Amino acid sequence: MQAGGDAGHRCALQVQGLTLRYNDVLALDGATARFPTGSMTAIIGPNGAGKSTFLKSVLGLVEAEGAVSAFGGPVAQAMPRIAYVPQRAAVDWSFPVRVIDVVLMGCYRKTGLLGRIDRRMTAHAMAALARVGMQDFARRQIGALSGGQQQRVFLARALAQGADLFLLDEPFAGVDAATESAIISVLKSLRDGGATIIAVHHDLTTVAAYFDRVVLMNRRTLAEGPVAETFTRDALAQAYGPALMLDPTGSSAV
Amino acid sequence: MDEFLYLSLPPMVIASLAAVACVLPGNFLLLSRRAMLGDAMSHVVLPGIVAAFLLTGSGSGVVMGAGALAAAGLSALLIEFVTRRAQMEPGAAMAVVFTAMFALGVVLLETTGTSGVHLDVEHALYGNLESLIWLGAAPPELWRLALIAAGLGLALRLVWRPLVLATFDPVFAQTQGIPVAWLRAGLTAATALAAVAAFQAVGSILTIAMLICPAASARLLTRTLPSQLMASLGFAVASALLGYILAGYAPLWAGLPFTLSASGMIATVSGLMLACAALIASHRARAAL
Repeated sequence: MQAGGDAGHRCALQVQGLTLRYNDVLALDGATARFPTGSMTAIIGPNGAGKSTFLKSVLGLVEAEGAVSAFGGPVAQAMPRIAYVPQRAAVDWSFPVRVIDVVLMGCYRKTGLLGRIDRRMTAHAMAALARVGMQDFARRQIGALSGGQQQRVFLARALAQGADLFLLDEPFAGVDAATESAIISVLKSLRDGGATIIAVHHDLTTVAAYFDRVVLMNRRTLAEGPVAETFTRDALAQAYGPALMLDPTGSSAV
Repeated sequence: MDEFLYLSLPPMVIASLAAVACVLPGNFLLLSRRAMLGDAMSHVVLPGIVAAFLLTGSGSGVVMGAGALAAAGLSALLIEFVTRRAQMEPGAAMAVVFTAMFALGVVLLETTGTSGVHLDVEHALYGNLESLIWLGAAPPELWRLALIAAGLGLALRLVWRPLVLATFDPVFAQTQGIPVAWLRAGLTAATALAAVAAFQAVGSILTIAMLICPAASARLLTRTLPSQLMASLGFAVASALLGYILAGYAPLWAGLPFTLSASGMIATVSGLMLACAALIASHRARAAL
């Protein structure tokens, strides 16, 4: 089933009624959202709200019920246009590969099983590294990098894929300030070039500065839309509960 | 010199080939944190071999190898089943399955009177490397192991790129259209094949040692995967040759009237290599601080 109809042409990604049950726990309960082409969306919500699971279900990495369409068609067909940046903690960083090897993994669809990694391919990967300011680290083993540098390498691998829909899982978790601003400027330039960015985000104080849309979720999607209209105190209280003391929207005093 | 060519060279070549066959999947078991699978696979072959013998009455290497492969396949499925159904940690599931299967093999061996005639527990542990000598022709184990080592090497070359990606980052690999589950099953199958082939020639102790020790030593001393693989192959062959020579000649040099188990000595040498690698690596780490 294809969600949306004619809105599908303007939406990079549409998700309708995504539901996932782990044993007896509902990890996702009918999550529904639209991600317009060329937008930059933060997915926010409390811990355990199913944000990472949402991304994985959208990509078909875990099997969930519901309808997902990317660029107006099934996600499986759109996968070459989609880049996924997993959480940094998802891999073993002592693995014996170099930075350039990790970035070249993003070229797998072009090289395939036995295709040669020629000078053009390497140059392509180096250009991706340069975009995140990591060109001098190409021959370094990945275990020797800081957390922020590791995250930049992951972003470079996604850039090397040449995708126009980016799904990032907590790209700013545990990174230094320099990395955070490097990543956000790359993401903004991708968006300005017409790409669609969707990031699971945990720092509510930077939502308004970094993103133009927001999806608020707690197993279901509670609100979605432009930051100015959606990122409100009421909506946050609904998602996080009244215990949220600070007011990151800055609209009123506690 | 002739004595060496007929009596010592074939077992040395066989030990080296068994080591190579085990090292190829061993490197990836280690990196995907499934090192225990090597232990499991080299134990579960025993009930398979005994059952194959009981069912067919044939002592041929091919029939027993088929039985061993069947047992390996069955236990791989059992491990998968226990992991999922009992939601058990994979290491624990492997330990449960392989100890139960090995015990079943020993019981079968002792109760059916097979023991001592064609098979015995001692051979299962140490193999019979010393008896694989040149008797007018090379022992069949030699060609079988050569074929399997070459096959595994070729298969590894073919799937190298997706296998590395799937081992490093299985979730991302899936987004690239790589059949991660199939590669995982393939690695299990390759481990089973190497373990069965090596088990028949060199016994389970050496098989376990060769699946993990050379790869673990190389992992400590190298920084990229190709160099790790090359170093592990070097360590494997070196420990096979050195261990065999030490087992056969060291007691004689010392004036003692016996020889030692070749498999045992090769496994010991590979263990000592790992200890040296650990010392060198920790020294390097300290020097880097």
